[in-house]
Amino acid sequence: MMTDVRPRIRLPRSASAGDSITVKTLINHDMETGQRRNSAGETIPRQIINRFTCEFNGVMVIDVAMEPAISANPYMEFEAVVPESGEFVFTWYDDNGEVYTATEAFEVS
Amino acid sequence: VALLPATAFADAVEDWITAYTGGAAMEEGGVTITAPEIAENGNTVPVSVSAEGATEIVLVATGNPTPGLGRFTFGPGSGAPMIATRIRLGRTQDVVAIAKMADGTFKTTRVEVKVTIGGCGG
Repeated sequence: MMTDVRPRIRLPRSASAGDSITVKTLINHDMETGQRRNSAGETIPRQIINRFTCEFNGVMVIDVAMEPAISANPYMEFEAVVPESGEFVFTWYDDNGEVYTATEAFEVS
Repeated sequence: VALLPATAFADAVEDWITAYTGGAAMEEGGVTITAPEIAENGNTVPVSVSAEGATEIVLVATGNPTPGLGRFTFGPGSGAPMIATRIRLGRTQDVVAIAKMADGTFKTTRVEVKVTIGGCGG
């Protein structure tokens, strides 16, 4: 079903060392709640992304435990401190055991 | 989705919150929830929450089949204890935010969101 899970990340163009920047992330995913039924009346099994994390240079920025009531194509916007140039690592954990990762370099001025 | 009596929801929400806080008293206020007064589509309701001094925030739906929405834990790389996301609301209800402060105490606030078309997709 989730053949083409594609994370999208949005960072500001620039920041100074030590700034807090706004990070926006989106990943396409149905977030099947486990509450719905198909046309035959059978419950469609739950399959959601249950956890999302963001790290910058190995330092945890945010760790999110997600429930089925997070909308499809989960969107997360938050603040991260960038003490120096480096790399963001974003990780999404699917109920089916798959792990989706995205990395994004960020340079401070 | 079968409709449960409102009291069943209330008990489930109370139990969920008590499980999270360990039954500790919560101070009203100090947490800001931004959400639309009226959500035309309950499938995707934008909500943001912030709480100065919080190490973790949980969001709770008082009228969904299950109370939990998400638990947001802020690490040392966090720039501010805030999060914006999109949630599903099955019907008109209160959304509750509980912030766990650095000293282990809890603060809470709630906001009502009126839902025109429910988001449980049943």
